[in-house]
Amino acid sequence: MTPIQSVLPSITPVLPEIVLSVGALLLVLWGAWRGERSAESTNLGALGLLIFTFFLVVSQTGTVTTLNGAFIADPFARVMKALILIGSSATILLSRDYFQRERIDRFEYPILIVLCTIGMMVMASANDLISLYLGLELQSLAAYVIAAFHRDDVKSTEAGLKYFVLGALSSGMLLYGASLVYGFTGTVSFPGIVTALGDGGPASFGLVLGIVFVAAGVAFKLAAVPFHMWTPDVYEGSPTPVTAFFASAPKMAAMAMTVRVFIGAFPDVTAVWQQIIVFVSIASMALGSFAAIGQRNLKRLMAYSSIGNVGYALIGLAAGSEEGIRGVVIYMVIYLAMTLGAFAVLLSLRRKDKMFETIDDLSGLSRTHPWLAFSLAAMMFSLAGIPPLAGFFAKFYVFAAAIKADLVALAVIGVVTSVVGAFYYLRLVKVMYFDEPQAAYERIPPGSAIVLAASSVVVVLFFLIPAPLVAAAGSAAKSLF
Amino acid sequence: MTAAAAFFYLFAGFAVASGFMVIAARNPVTSVLFLILAFVNAAGLFVLMGAEFLAMILIVVYVGAVAVLFLFVVMMLDVDFAALRQGFQRYLPIGGLIGAVFLIELLLVVGTWTIDPGLVQAPLGRAAHGESLTNTQALGRVLYTDYVYFFQIAGLILLVAMIGAIVLTLRDRAGVKRQNISVQNARTQGMAVDTIKVPSRQGVEV
Repeated sequence: MTPIQSVLPSITPVLPEIVLSVGALLLVLWGAWRGERSAESTNLGALGLLIFTFFLVVSQTGTVTTLNGAFIADPFARVMKALILIGSSATILLSRDYFQRERIDRFEYPILIVLCTIGMMVMASANDLISLYLGLELQSLAAYVIAAFHRDDVKSTEAGLKYFVLGALSSGMLLYGASLVYGFTGTVSFPGIVTALGDGGPASFGLVLGIVFVAAGVAFKLAAVPFHMWTPDVYEGSPTPVTAFFASAPKMAAMAMTVRVFIGAFPDVTAVWQQIIVFVSIASMALGSFAAIGQRNLKRLMAYSSIGNVGYALIGLAAGSEEGIRGVVIYMVIYLAMTLGAFAVLLSLRRKDKMFETIDDLSGLSRTHPWLAFSLAAMMFSLAGIPPLAGFFAKFYVFAAAIKADLVALAVIGVVTSVVGAFYYLRLVKVMYFDEPQAAYERIPPGSAIVLAASSVVVVLFFLIPAPLVAAAGSAAKSLF
Repeated sequence: MTAAAAFFYLFAGFAVASGFMVIAARNPVTSVLFLILAFVNAAGLFVLMGAEFLAMILIVVYVGAVAVLFLFVVMMLDVDFAALRQGFQRYLPIGGLIGAVFLIELLLVVGTWTIDPGLVQAPLGRAAHGESLTNTQALGRVLYTDYVYFFQIAGLILLVAMIGAIVLTLRDRAGVKRQNISVQNARTQGMAVDTIKVPSRQGVEV
């Protein structure tokens, strides 16, 4: 037998993922050795690991593909990975106090968050269909488990099971689509698919069907209409910090994956997928605004809000231009800040070991907790898209890109639904500032306070120094075209 | 040629027939057994195609693990399949409609399927290494080199599955007597046996 002719692939671009994986394995060992006493230390360890990886990611430069073309590290991947790592670290900060009080404080939770983060980073760096699917599955599997983490609670178990069954279905659809794409192009790598499709001939029917199935699977992970049905139930049933996680980091990863698939693999058949994205975007925006009006539960409200926000971000993708992708990245950054801030407030509505999570529980918050009320009001004004808060700029960039790409109708529908959505965001502000106050809540836990302060600063003061973010998003978008 | 064709029709016919029996059998245990038969026939088809590794994987993984797991679940849960079929008539129209849509889509896909002649000659494992390797050797060569990334991520996915199963199901119940092997092994004759001198006609207190 001849020796295997193989060169060790360059692993420096993959260093953040490797560090995270090795760290997760060490944490598993540490947790298994120390048992239940290690919950505190694994939490700290996971947080340190995520922050260290964040700095590793932002210190990298350039565009490299490695590992036989399956992995790409470009500015877009790095921006999305940085967002994912921020979302995961914030989740760990938000979770500590809640999990201790609910007595479900176990060392596996931070480890699962880290493993989920590895999956999300693989998704953001995916350069072929196999690594995309494997990353997605790693992320989803960890997410199913943490949705059901409060295993003695019927709602949490139900959320986990529902998420698992529907998630498996959507993975199946994605795989079916991926196999059709592979069958009709003969390759799984994104650059290979681009070459196989060649220059703009009419796409074959099987390929179109494959793209439709891939879009369906992707839309499920994004929780975009018409694949959103699981979202309100899963968000309501999961423990609140887990809901905060689902609304933040995995959305970043799902959006990164969506952009990678459509811009990375199918840039020449824009006509095929653009109409799908436009439809999904309009339907998500409409449902996000109208269905949220009747909600009394804040977690369900945030679920519908996240559906609507995905719709707005998809406007940028529908534009299909460099400017559109820049809009998507800016939108996701600001959405992350707004969502984490809103959930930090939600997690501090606690009195005598009972969480409160309906709109009525917010009444008169401005008089009992003025800062909390002010921060939540800023988040809500921002989500409604009122200048000069960050949410306005997020919407501005995607709408501007849509108009430049001749999708004026889409932008107009976006503006109309955001006016409708403003109703329920501003209703929260009204309840907090003009209704009768209730008994005060307990002090905000320190982890939530840090997250809330950081996200409030981003949301309120973004308009002063938007340049770094816009520049980073610009270079991220540029790397895809 | 004719022998191969005969075997193809044998395996294919059995696969289709047992596939039909999986959904037609009244007893769920019989269904699972027919499923195993279908797997074995599919493995036979793979052998005919020269994909002996896939055939063995199908037997080992699907028959040996998955189908046996199905059998366990079916036997443990005692599902009343007659009750599950109650709504069959009611859901037949919509189910039939969805089935028809999928059939039409499949026909359209198959109808437009053209195979690029370049793809047929695309280097597979054997051709890439330019020597007479068996499929298993060729797979082993690429699994840890070209596809090491996927291999490692798949490993992490399995780790998550294991952690998840433990997190969600392992409980420390009070009052359960567990086996403690070190205590068992540390027992000596002196700890286990008491020698008592029994006085005649008096017995011992227990």
